[in-house]
Amino acid sequence: MKRWLPLVVFLVLVGFFAKGLFLNPREVPSPFIGRTAPAFTLPLVQDPSSTFSPADMKGQVWVMNVWAPWCVSCRQEHPLLMQIAQNGGVPIVGLNWKDKAREARDLLARTGNPYFAVPEDLDGKVGINYGVTGTPETYIIDKQGIVRMKHIGPISPEVWQTKFEPKIKELGA
Amino acid sequence: MNLFPVRQLMLAFLLGCSVPALAQEVASEPADALKQALPNAEDPEIEARLIKLAEDLRCLVCQNESLAGSHAELAEDLRREIREQMKAGKDDREVIAYLTERYGDFVLYRPPFKPVTYLLWLGPVLFLGIGGGAWYMTLRRRRAAESIPADEKKLAAAAQLLEEDK
Amino acid sequence: MIPELGHFAVIVALLLALIQAILPLYGAHRGNLALMAVARPAAQGQFFFVALAFACLAWSFLVNDFSVLNVAKNSFSQLPEVYRFTATWGSHEGSLLLWVLILAFWSAAVSVFSRHLPEDMAARVIGVMGLISIGFLSFLLITSNPFERLLPAAMDGNDMNPLLQDWGMIIHPPMLYMGYVGFAVAFAFAIAALISGKMDVAWARWSRPWTTVAWAFLTLGIMLGSWWAYRELGWGGWWFWDPTENASFMPWIAGTALIHSLAVTEKRGAFKAWTVLLALTAFSLSLLGTFLVRSGVLSSVHAFATDPARGAFILGFLAVVIGGSLVLYAWRAPKMITGSGFTWFSRESLLLANNVILIAALGAVLLGTLYPLFMDAMGLGKISVGPPYFNAVFVPLMAPALFLMGIGPLARWKEASLPDIVTRMKWALGVAVAVAILLPLTMDGFEPWASLGFFLATWIALAVLAAFAERLKHGQGSLGQKLATLPRGFWGMQMAHFGMAVGVAGIAMVANYSTERDVRMDVNSYAELAGYNFTFRGTTEHDGPNYRAARGTIEVAKNGKTISTLHPEKRIYNASGMGMTEAAVRPVIFSDIYVAMGEQLDDQGAWTVRLFYKPFINWLWLGAFFMVVGGFMAASDKRYRIALRRSNEIPKNVAAQGA
Repeated sequence: MKRWLPLVVFLVLVGFFAKGLFLNPREVPSPFIGRTAPAFTLPLVQDPSSTFSPADMKGQVWVMNVWAPWCVSCRQEHPLLMQIAQNGGVPIVGLNWKDKAREARDLLARTGNPYFAVPEDLDGKVGINYGVTGTPETYIIDKQGIVRMKHIGPISPEVWQTKFEPKIKELGA
Repeated sequence: MNLFPVRQLMLAFLLGCSVPALAQEVASEPADALKQALPNAEDPEIEARLIKLAEDLRCLVCQNESLAGSHAELAEDLRREIREQMKAGKDDREVIAYLTERYGDFVLYRPPFKPVTYLLWLGPVLFLGIGGGAWYMTLRRRRAAESIPADEKKLAAAAQLLEEDK
Repeated sequence: MIPELGHFAVIVALLLALIQAILPLYGAHRGNLALMAVARPAAQGQFFFVALAFACLAWSFLVNDFSVLNVAKNSFSQLPEVYRFTATWGSHEGSLLLWVLILAFWSAAVSVFSRHLPEDMAARVIGVMGLISIGFLSFLLITSNPFERLLPAAMDGNDMNPLLQDWGMIIHPPMLYMGYVGFAVAFAFAIAALISGKMDVAWARWSRPWTTVAWAFLTLGIMLGSWWAYRELGWGGWWFWDPTENASFMPWIAGTALIHSLAVTEKRGAFKAWTVLLALTAFSLSLLGTFLVRSGVLSSVHAFATDPARGAFILGFLAVVIGGSLVLYAWRAPKMITGSGFTWFSRESLLLANNVILIAALGAVLLGTLYPLFMDAMGLGKISVGPPYFNAVFVPLMAPALFLMGIGPLARWKEASLPDIVTRMKWALGVAVAVAILLPLTMDGFEPWASLGFFLATWIALAVLAAFAERLKHGQGSLGQKLATLPRGFWGMQMAHFGMAVGVAGIAMVANYSTERDVRMDVNSYAELAGYNFTFRGTTEHDGPNYRAARGTIEVAKNGKTISTLHPEKRIYNASGMGMTEAAVRPVIFSDIYVAMGEQLDDQGAWTVRLFYKPFINWLWLGAFFMVVGGFMAASDKRYRIALRRSNEIPKNVAAQGA
């Protein structure tokens, strides 16, 4: 019977490889799911004398979109975010990540501002505290301030409908 | 009795002293005209610790590079964070905890020893054990086996007999 | 026109591969000599057309034909001619064509050097290789056509990745593929034996030279890859356990186990089933490697741009070829006769132990490489498995195998006693232990792993000397005459083992006693490392054919005497804008001084510079070189050449004994 062992081992491996073709080895799941969103206090891009903090959003379901003016993929999801903002859906906070050239204000003025608030994370420290590796990355945070979902990459209308909307509804927005 | 000629001796001594000076080539420039380079890092000891730790950490935005060698911006940011943590007195374990809290176990090139990785770490020992067992069993069998010459004709004949037996 | 000709040639090659596979295999099944005889010309024809296709692609690159998509994506008009040529294999499609070319080359080689084989065996071997060619040629034509046109043609290309614009790119892929793909011959021999049911000692004798040559090429290919990475990547590392590196290393480990196992099967008729399984495994690992690198299943610096469709095709092909071979194995396994008996410390026993350890090591590398995939596929999260794991696991596993290298060659076949071996080697053991303890005292300090390495290296080297001493005790004639009459198989084995010793010593040194410094250097400042003095004389602007560079000048002196002037560069490539560090590497006897430019600090020309001292790094390449030469020597042993010569005397239509 041990003559069949090599074949069996091989077939098991093939099974894993087949599954592997549908996975992305670079997509890293977030360890924050189910944990409290890390606290921070950052000045706003539109009004540096004011600040934003996740505690400000306690009591409602909200979305944090990590973006940057130099990020090309972020432009892709911008129209969708504008739509959501105009329809009065869940508030979107746009964490402005590592915008050294400080172009955020002008860009938003030109293309429109879908964000409830735009805190400025110049050196990226808050991003690191959230496990951000690039832009855009988007988090759903619930009424108690706990992170419930993270999406890496631009949000397409499809992704919004199939991933975000159900989750937001579930959290009782 | 042989008296050493004193003059010759002194001459020999002086010549002897000058040999090293003659043998040494003149340096390209007098050493005090050149400045000694300073280490790039502010604190070379912390830096050495940082590099050693970062070699076992993954650059999260690269295809497969360590945090020590990567030139990516996020890698530089993370190295900066680690440097600050080390300066603040955190030890290696605390720095690793800081990173895995934020990025998960994916950031470690040395997988942690947890139930889900038991097979990974114990596998090689297991393989060796199974192989060793197979070696032992094979040898026990072979020692008992009678010597058959590796002669093609005889082997072929034996094969035929086996065939017929089936 | 030329690209279309190339495309057409691939189609013809596929048709010839179909003929090469189907007719001879059927002919061998039926005992039909005419059909079997189709194998050789078909293989040679296939090689001709694949070579033609390759030439067409190379031509397109050389003349900068940017209407070919592959050329536009991977080349650039300012690229030096030699790199325009190597760009032929610088992409997934192009390297696949190289794969197919080398497979066709091996098939043609077998068709030429197989006259001494029974006709049905030769037909089956060439036929099986034809089956593999069919798979890869179809894959090429259906999913990865290098001759696809880009219309309208691009004005210029996207440029070649700067890391590939190096010597290493010229020789590493071809040599690696010669080895990697060359295991297909051993695979085909194994399949042919399984199909025919004829598992005799002759099979081992026929496969052995082919396997050893492929192994030697693979050793060379891996060494070149490592050497290239060392020089190009700018941080002095030479092995990262990256999935692609592992993908070439695993077939090497299996191949090493195979050549040792074949020795037992050839000499003593033992381990047949195991040797066949190893032959299947070695090439299966090559195929697996091809899959891993091109499917996107694992993340690697070296991976080609990925596409799940391609991955699925290769996986399907893998499943059929490997799965089929293992079914064949399972079917025939009971029929493989066990060989003769042997004792605990006989050469057979020690070689079996060698195999056990090598396969355990292979398992460890495979486990580490695939574990992230296993966990992800089962939804258990994502982890990374990198150098710390592999180093922790591989080195302790290999140490006993290295120790056995000192005993195995000295043990007699069938029966040997441990006390006897101990007596013969006790002086070597003593010397090796002494070196392990004393050598680190002359270096920077005691490192246990380094000492282990020194012990093993000295042990193996002394065992090689002991083997020569024993052989030369008998026989007549002068020393030179006696050495000349020693069989090449013996020379090859000793040389390869000696190479291993040299390599292990080099690794022990460089892994434990390397030093480095990262310094800010103003113009005319100096830094010291490992007894060398480095004086920075500033940078100059320097333009290459397709890049602009800041070229540093660093004078290296020892004991006040200038020994060298190094010119590391920081380059920016014109087409892609990509930057790259071109380190300056200077050998000092067996060690290296390695200097890499960092960043420019200010307008006065100050730069950060990284200085490395790599003791005995060149022993890695030297050791590998000895292993390669040893392999080729062993494969050219006269008993294989006699077989070739004799085959010309035997009429060809003998031994068509059917299935």
